[in-house]
Amino acid sequence: MQSKTHNQEPEITAELVAAHGLKPEEYKHFTELLDRTPTFTELGICSAMWNEHCSYKSSKKWLKQLPTKGPRVICGPGENAGVIDIEDGDAIIFKMESHNHPSFIEPYQGAATGVGGILRDVFTMGARPIAALNALRFGDPSHPKTRHLVSGVVAGVGGYGNSFGVPTLGGEVNFHARYNGNNLVNAMAVGLARTDGIFYSKAKGVGLPVVYLGAKTGRDGIHGATMASAEFDDKADEKRPTVQVGDPFTEKCLLEACLELMASGAVIAIQDMGAAGLTCSAVEMGAKGDLGIELNLDKVPCREEGMTAYEMMLSESQERMLMVLRPEKEMEAEAIFKKWGLDFAIIGQTTDTLRFVIKHQGEVKADLPIKQMGDEAPEYDRPWIEPKKPAALGDVPVPNDLAAAILKIVGSPDMCSRRWVWEQYDTRVQSNSAQIPGGDAGVVRIRGKKAIAVSSDVTPRYVEADPFEGGKQAVAECWRNLTCVGAEPIAITDNLNFGNPERPEVMGQFVLALKGVGEACRALDFPIVSGNVSLYNETNGQAILPTPTIGGVGLLHDLSKMATLKFKEAGEAILLLGGHGTHLGQSIYLREVWGREEGPPPPVDLVKERAHGNFIRGLINDAAVTAVHDISDGGLASAVIEMALAGNLGAQVDALDHVQLFGEDQARYVLTCSTKEAAKIITQAHVKGIDVIRIGTVSGSGAVRFGTVSLPLSVLRDTHESWFPKFMAG
Amino acid sequence: MKSAVIVFPGINRDRDMMLALENVTGVKPIAVWHADTELPKVDLVVVPGGFSYGDYLRCGAIAARSPIMSDVHAKAMKGLKVLGVCNGFQILTETGLLPGALLRNGALKFVCRDVKLRIENNRTWFTNRLKKGDVVPCPVAHGEGNYICDAETLQRLEGENRIVFRYAEGSNPNAAMNDIAGIMNEAGNVIGMMPHPENMVEPLHGSTACRPLFESLLAA
Repeated sequence: MQSKTHNQEPEITAELVAAHGLKPEEYKHFTELLDRTPTFTELGICSAMWNEHCSYKSSKKWLKQLPTKGPRVICGPGENAGVIDIEDGDAIIFKMESHNHPSFIEPYQGAATGVGGILRDVFTMGARPIAALNALRFGDPSHPKTRHLVSGVVAGVGGYGNSFGVPTLGGEVNFHARYNGNNLVNAMAVGLARTDGIFYSKAKGVGLPVVYLGAKTGRDGIHGATMASAEFDDKADEKRPTVQVGDPFTEKCLLEACLELMASGAVIAIQDMGAAGLTCSAVEMGAKGDLGIELNLDKVPCREEGMTAYEMMLSESQERMLMVLRPEKEMEAEAIFKKWGLDFAIIGQTTDTLRFVIKHQGEVKADLPIKQMGDEAPEYDRPWIEPKKPAALGDVPVPNDLAAAILKIVGSPDMCSRRWVWEQYDTRVQSNSAQIPGGDAGVVRIRGKKAIAVSSDVTPRYVEADPFEGGKQAVAECWRNLTCVGAEPIAITDNLNFGNPERPEVMGQFVLALKGVGEACRALDFPIVSGNVSLYNETNGQAILPTPTIGGVGLLHDLSKMATLKFKEAGEAILLLGGHGTHLGQSIYLREVWGREEGPPPPVDLVKERAHGNFIRGLINDAAVTAVHDISDGGLASAVIEMALAGNLGAQVDALDHVQLFGEDQARYVLTCSTKEAAKIITQAHVKGIDVIRIGTVSGSGAVRFGTVSLPLSVLRDTHESWFPKFMAG
Repeated sequence: MKSAVIVFPGINRDRDMMLALENVTGVKPIAVWHADTELPKVDLVVVPGGFSYGDYLRCGAIAARSPIMSDVHAKAMKGLKVLGVCNGFQILTETGLLPGALLRNGALKFVCRDVKLRIENNRTWFTNRLKKGDVVPCPVAHGEGNYICDAETLQRLEGENRIVFRYAEGSNPNAAMNDIAGIMNEAGNVIGMMPHPENMVEPLHGSTACRPLFESLLAA
């Protein structure tokens, strides 16, 4: 017979333990901590806390080596989001987080709740979200699932963000066969708070009320975090019930109610219920504050009848928060939540026992040591090997037809216009958008002249070919994009998407990419203040391209000096900063024109990167340049064409060879300025040892000409704009 | 010029509208909570955009039945100026202050982009600073802006010069009939429109082309 506490609950067997994603040695460690067999609820809690998604057990060792401090950093990793100081008492709170696994199973809700989750992370800390970004990666366009996933994910991102009322100001969309079985949805939110109004999750004080706020708890998303900590097989669709359902209306009300409550001075600590819901939020609040937490589940507002302790503790129902409140403010707090039509329930209290105690219907369902469940969870040093470096590339053939090659690139899935995507996102709401998608970075006004710039970047094919250089490149490109609009890059959030870390070659990609990321952050004074790790992005043994997405924030002191990439006036000089292209390894040209994904990626010289970026920022600040764009995917040719299309002006560029046109060498920019200014800039650069040359002139001819090869703007525009709508129309 | 902006749960362009009104008229509007039952004394009431109640039912259907909307309706019938933008336009059709309905966009997708807005009637309190036939850029951001009404209503709207704004130059983003972007009631004191002029009034927005609409309020 089962004991009374274990009434109706399954017996703990090796199979049940395995089904909870716990390895035998982890389970053994758990029973030793308890000195007895766990209850079913305890097993569920342990699986929720010790899975990869919540515990970072494979990645912690390496994450600790990243630079996370800087003069503007108020709060680095470990909280709901990172916090930076942007002067005048303003703080920016931001983070990026993945919702990869759920978005593959149920694209609309998976993406929507990804956006909802990251918005909550930001407003939990006291910030009003002012910008959202999303980095999306899908399988080969010809794969039968791709179109369905693109359509659902984009609609889900828009459906949540638009309703919530945050402008979506940037992001990425890429296609590659290696994402066929695992798409990536990385959502980033950026919020604005006052430096004296930031809220943390660390509980303080014994015997204080633990309050449940927001939406009711249902049976959705049970084991979502555990699901996200395993690879997929052909039966991934069967995991649909683990995906949560989003309610942006409730979230918007929750935002307003939380900000109102925070302003009232009632909040001691606050934590949103994200992955592993009530379990993770309560354990984190207690463990961080060196306090125990006791919860009475009879008080939890439930959407469905007869929910068990196990279900309540593991539900990932959305739009919920947990707070520790000042008892004297309880009534005031409740009134605010009632006004917004949200649930408010005192479900427990803080204790001095360091135990996590769960009571339900008069029984103790769990009694666990809180520190060991939370910040002292197991940690691994997984074996890793350095992936084999690709062979040198050798000569790459000249295109048979240069015009055709350029059009092929401009209209390719990875290089064509993303208008079809971002026109489904509200880019205008809040009235502060100074640059919407289509430029190098999104820009949003803080107030007066002050603004921030935001960008999300990574080039996964580079990381695959050389994780270290690829990791550096992701950070450098983000830094460069912020620079292009004239912003001073401040800090980043990273979203590290990789395959199964139990495979040494995948772990090797992770370790080396992170070393590259860290090195670039140090060289560019660009600390990491928040982040998320998504491992096990793998189906039937095939891992995704290693994808460490970098989301950066920069500060613009004077919006009137902001730069854009579009050509402004015919007759202006076009300058190339950073020298001609020499490197075609892993280039878009090689892949799109010759069908080859080969060679090493372009190396990143961080000293050069920094010098060039600082020089550009100086030019923008002096109003010496009229347009700025960095050179990345597709090389110089693509950069010039993007500037021409944005400004609806042509260009006459010198006759250049294919390596110069398509090379993806780093630390390079294209600028325009008056011809008078051009001479000055070239001299100025020369003094600093920076290579700047004039390569052409903006023209009113209605065509972009490279030497004698002429491409009418109308043809370029049609090619650039048509791929996405055509693809989505089937 | 004193104005009030109604705030329903889920509305998200209330701040945008208040910013634009204050920016142009110099007077900070009063935010009125949906559960209030009486409007303050003002010259203009704006029902702003967003997703009132998440638009989980028909767009604007729940907001139209909010306590404050009874007073908005009553005062509108007595001639108070009422402007509804986007979700606000949907709410005004749901209250019956304006005819017709807004269906899902023709392409079945949310759309946010700049359209060309032609001033069809410049003899209103919101368009008097512009000329008839003027075309101004203006952003839209909606999933349900496809205006529809019965043939008789359409004939009246056209005949009585009650179509205030039309999408011009092929920029109709939602398949609205007769390219209708905004209309007014018979008395002319209630105007509803799908586009968001409040998002195009300062240089930051890329254009100040919609500023004259708000400046019209000062002349009226």
